[in-house]
Amino acid sequence: MGDDGPATTVDARGLVCPMPILKAKKGIESVEVGQILELAATDPGSMADFKAWTKTTGHELLEAREAGGVYTYLIRRKK
Amino acid sequence: MMEEQADKVTIISWSGDLDRAYPVVILATTAAAAGMEVTIFSTFWGLLLLKKKERGVTGTDWMTKMLSLMEPGGPVKLPLSKLNMGGMGPWMMKKIFVKNNIPPLEEFWKMAVDLGIKILPCQMTMDAFGLKRDDLIDGIGEPVGAATAIAEAAAAKINWFI
Repeated sequence: MGDDGPATTVDARGLVCPMPILKAKKGIESVEVGQILELAATDPGSMADFKAWTKTTGHELLEAREAGGVYTYLIRRKK
Repeated sequence: MMEEQADKVTIISWSGDLDRAYPVVILATTAAAAGMEVTIFSTFWGLLLLKKKERGVTGTDWMTKMLSLMEPGGPVKLPLSKLNMGGMGPWMMKKIFVKNNIPPLEEFWKMAVDLGIKILPCQMTMDAFGLKRDDLIDGIGEPVGAATAIAEAAAAKINWFI
């Protein structure tokens, strides 16, 4: 899996806890191990939650950035 | 690759209040989304949250039927433990929930079932309220007793009574 663009993009903007995480779970299952999921959210709590969720699940949080109230996460499926 | 044993979470869902029902479903679905094995043991007022909303009067005799009129249960019209004010509080809370895009409780139950969460209704409460398996939502487990709840809790890393 050398290709490092996101395999899938999930839009979780406008949703509040726990919906972005539930969407991330579905999203990560829709990509192959090694591939990247991109997720966009507007919930400010999601910044801490995505760090915690990737720690619990073992997936890799490659990037977590905020721009104009939109949080973008890049997560690599590890298993 | 070696198969890892998933961490277990057990939640005793006891309350019929809106402000307790939401933490139950939010924590349960989030734990399941983190790959944990989740069991919800629904007892007393918490069991009534599992009633089908279109169920109407339930019960097996006049007393349990009367009880279902006084306390219909189901996932809608839940009271608040604080600021209930004769239904004013929950009415406002519902508006706020819709505005904030928070799914209704019945949708959370569906998500919980889809995530493979084990929802176990308490047999004793079902008997006390005269409820039949068919009065409760689909996709949940068979009714169990306290011994099952204890066995589940003993094997779990996280145990909550909500």
